[in-house]
Parts: sequence; structure tokens; C-alpha cells
Amino acid sequence: MTSAGTLKTSRSELDLDRPNIEDYLPTGSSIQQEPRGKLRLHDLLDLSPTLSEAAGAIVDDSFTRCFKSNPPEPWNWNVYLFPLWCCGVVFRYLILFPARVLVLTIGWIIFLSSFIPVHFLLKGQDKLRRNLERSLVEMMCSFFVASWTGVVKYHGPRPSRRPKQVFVANHTSMIDFIILEQMTAFAVIMQKHPGWVGLLQSTILESVGCIWFNRSEAKDREIVTRKLREHVQGADNNPLLIFPEGTCVNNHYTVMFKKGAFELGCTVCPVAIKYNKIFVDAFWNSRKQSFTKHLLQLMTSWAVVCDVWYLEPQNLKPGETPIEFAERVRDIISHRAGLKKVPWDGYLKYSRPSPKHRERKQQNFAESMLRRLEEK
Amino acid sequence: MGNSSSMLTQYDIEEVQKHSNGAFTQQEIVSLYSRFCQLDRKNCGFIPSDEFLTIPEFALNPLSHTLLTMLDALNFKDFVAFLSVFSPRATLQHKIEFIFKVYDTDCNGKVTFRDILRVLKDMSGQFMPEKQMEEILTKVLEEAGYQKDSVLVLSDFMKILGDKGVKMEVDFHVD
Repeated sequence: MTSAGTLKTSRSELDLDRPNIEDYLPTGSSIQQEPRGKLRLHDLLDLSPTLSEAAGAIVDDSFTRCFKSNPPEPWNWNVYLFPLWCCGVVFRYLILFPARVLVLTIGWIIFLSSFIPVHFLLKGQDKLRRNLERSLVEMMCSFFVASWTGVVKYHGPRPSRRPKQVFVANHTSMIDFIILEQMTAFAVIMQKHPGWVGLLQSTILESVGCIWFNRSEAKDREIVTRKLREHVQGADNNPLLIFPEGTCVNNHYTVMFKKGAFELGCTVCPVAIKYNKIFVDAFWNSRKQSFTKHLLQLMTSWAVVCDVWYLEPQNLKPGETPIEFAERVRDIISHRAGLKKVPWDGYLKYSRPSPKHRERKQQNFAESMLRRLEEK
Repeated sequence: MGNSSSMLTQYDIEEVQKHSNGAFTQQEIVSLYSRFCQLDRKNCGFIPSDEFLTIPEFALNPLSHTLLTMLDALNFKDFVAFLSVFSPRATLQHKIEFIFKVYDTDCNGKVTFRDILRVLKDMSGQFMPEKQMEEILTKVLEEAGYQKDSVLVLSDFMKILGDKGVKMEVDFHVD
């Protein structure tokens, strides 16, 4: 949906409080042999280290790897496998898909016919209404999961409703939210989407308590932080679920966690989600397909199989900064779900890196030149 | 859009191999094609400059601006030819020619004091005042036997960079 056509230099998000990217950059970049000896013309003219780094990035880079959808190897290349595959396609599209659409429609009917009355008739009795709405949303999510033949294995203690806690999870697709929501009604913070998804967001999700943000608004960040804090303090609110990566990643890697969730002064409960790709690749490549297409793809596949781990709640350790805390939790989640960590901010999908990173390199170069000039 | 070798025929691969002077094995070319398709998102047959800038590691390279002019509107054959200089099989001469081209932006075969200064400015950014850079460059040029107003050609570059050699390689691992 979103295109990278309008890149702009980012501001506050990617600036000062990021850990040093140079520490993570792949081989060759900062681990070059420090050149020694007096500065000669040869050294000034030799651009090979910098050029090699640039070419290395062109050939392969750890950022685009995170958003690459790897289609499964085709296996239907054979005289008897191909008809089998065709049967599979027929079954999936002509039998499974209509059945699933039916299930989903029934689910919607039940949901709407219960939700609308509850929402309007019980306006006075807040607590009862909220409990009912909560259960209804959980039920609707179960219908969604059933419509993709979701096989979800939950590990670990179920989330409890306690104040001063947030849940954080790695993000692969918007269905992450649905899969978690069918077990526990979370409140969620999401990017406001257009279309029917946006409609859903502003009506039904409002009832479980949702916070909207807008990626392109820089000022938005302060407003959002305030809303998050308010929500976490409220004892009656549903537990808050945050996807600190800020964007969908392809379930092989994790990108940097935004520190917003980790500086609210409450316990952070990590949740790890790993999809089994044999049945379908659940990664929503928002650059390539709309959410509708993504859902249709899921509904015409055999099953969505995944594991969800509810991990041990973590608190800010004394002397730890929110960024270190975020990295520690990212470590825990990546380790559990078997994901590799990369040092990039997910928002680089939408904007260019801050000039500050380039400045580091330039500074190193200038200092090295001056130092070698002094040598005899 | 396929990203498997079914989009490239054996003829295509051999043609690209020839065009890049045998710098790559066939497997490497297939792998590069997969990368090319990944970058050429709109399927235009070439990679627009903007797309390179979405690679954060490339965008923060001090020479990215200069390289972008060399990378402008390359089709796959030229893309591979461009990258061939970074292959371990590329000759020293080829590598030095490439570096020369980075300096010689107006492609007239001559590299002047201004050209070198421009590149040095990209490399050191705001961390070295221009005057100081000019002084250092003049001093180093004179020590090597050139004058401030000397014009360097390719053979000069070969002489300067040739003895110690140039290590400019990228790992083209195959997925």
C-alpha cells in the first residue's frame, strides 16, 4: 500500500537516542585495519574501503532482508505432483474458501447482532457493557482465526489483567493482533489505516480501547506517549499491546524496538510470535499487497500455523536506560522465536537515515587523515 | 515477479557473463538477478536512483551521491558490469580505472586538484575545513612529485595506486 516514492529526511525518530549503528554494521565496515604510516598520495586517493562498503550494501544489506518475502519453493514440477497440486488448488479455492467465507459471515452476523444492541442498550451499565464487548471481540477474533484454519499454540501463562503492565510482541502482519486478541482482549496502539480496516478500527476496536498514531506526524509522538501513560495507569483498561518494531517484518528478523513502550514506568511482558511457513507465509508485505489481498491469500491457503510464547515479565533494571531495556527485551523475544536481530529502525522503510550516521564515518576519515599527517 | 532463475535463460546468463568479463560465476549472476529484481520493484527493467537510497547502508555512505550518477538507469547487464569491479576476479587495472572514474565526474580523462578536493570534501564532511584540506592535498601532491595545478590522467593513477595495490572486494555469497 505505502510506496517509498516520497522519502524524506527523518527527524526526531532516528536521531540522537539510537544506539551506535556502527557497532552492528556487517563485516568490513568498521573492522577495517586502521591504516598506519605517513599520509601519502596513494592513501588520499585510495577510496576502496568506502567504495567496497557501498557496493556491499548494493549487493545485500541487512535492512531490505527484513522485508523480503521468500516465496516457498515450488514443488509441483513433476508429472504426478502437478495434478496433485491442481487438486489442492481446486480444493482450497472451491471448497475451503467458500466454507471459510461462510464461517466468517456467520461470525460477523452473530457479532454485529450482539455487539450493536449491547453497545447502545447498555450505555448506563459501563462495567457490564465492557465485559460483554470484550468477550464479543474475543469471539470475533476466534472466528477470524477459524477462517484461516489457524492452528495457534499458546505457551506460557495467559496474560492477566493487572494495572501497570504492557505487552510487547514482534510484528509480522496485522493478524498478529487478531491471534493474540482471541485469547485476551488487549487494547492496542495502531497506525490508522484507510478503507474498511480504518472503519473497523474506529468502531469496534474503540470498545477495547485503542490508541491511534500517525507515523508521518513528528509531534504525534508526544501526544501518543501521553495517551499511553494515561492508559496504563487506568485500572479498568484492557492490558495494552504494543508492537515496538513499528512496522511489519518478515518473521526472520527483528528490527530495532522503539523505546516508547519501555519508558512508561511499568512492567513489560514480552510475547514472541513465530509462524510456520510450510503452510503459508504470514508476512504482510505492505509494500506489495493491500491488507485485503493479504487476507484473501490467507483464506485460500491450507492453514496458518504459529506459536505464541508469553514470556516472563521484565522490569527496568537499576541503571538501565529505556533503550537498553528495549534491546534486552528484543533479545529475549528474538531468542525465543528464533529471529535474527538487525540494527535498523523500521521507519527507514518510509524515510531516509539521518545524516548523523554518515557524519560518524566522515569524522573517522578526517581524524585518520590528520593523525597520519603527523606521523613521520 | 519471479525471483528464481526461471526468468533468466542460460543464454542470458552467458551474455551477462561475457559483458562483465567473466568476473562472476553463473550462480553469482543468478543471485545478483534476484537482488536486481528485489530492487527494481516497479519492474521497469532498471533501478531508479531513489531505490538505492532506500538501502540505509548505502544512503549513509559518504560517496553515495557520486556513485548514484554512475548507477543511474542501469539495466541488469550494466548492473552486473558495474559490480564486476568488486569481484575477486577483477584485475587491478579495472579497479584503478573505476576509482579514476569516481574522481573524473565530467569524464574527460583528467582529474584535477578540484576533482580530488571535491571527493575529499564528501569523505570528511564538515570535519575538516576546506582550507586545511587544500593544504594537506597540496603538500601530499608535492611529496609525490606533482604540482597543485597538475592534471592527473589514468596512467598517473596506475602509477600511484599500482605498487601497493588496491583491495576493493565484496563478498558475493550465493543465497
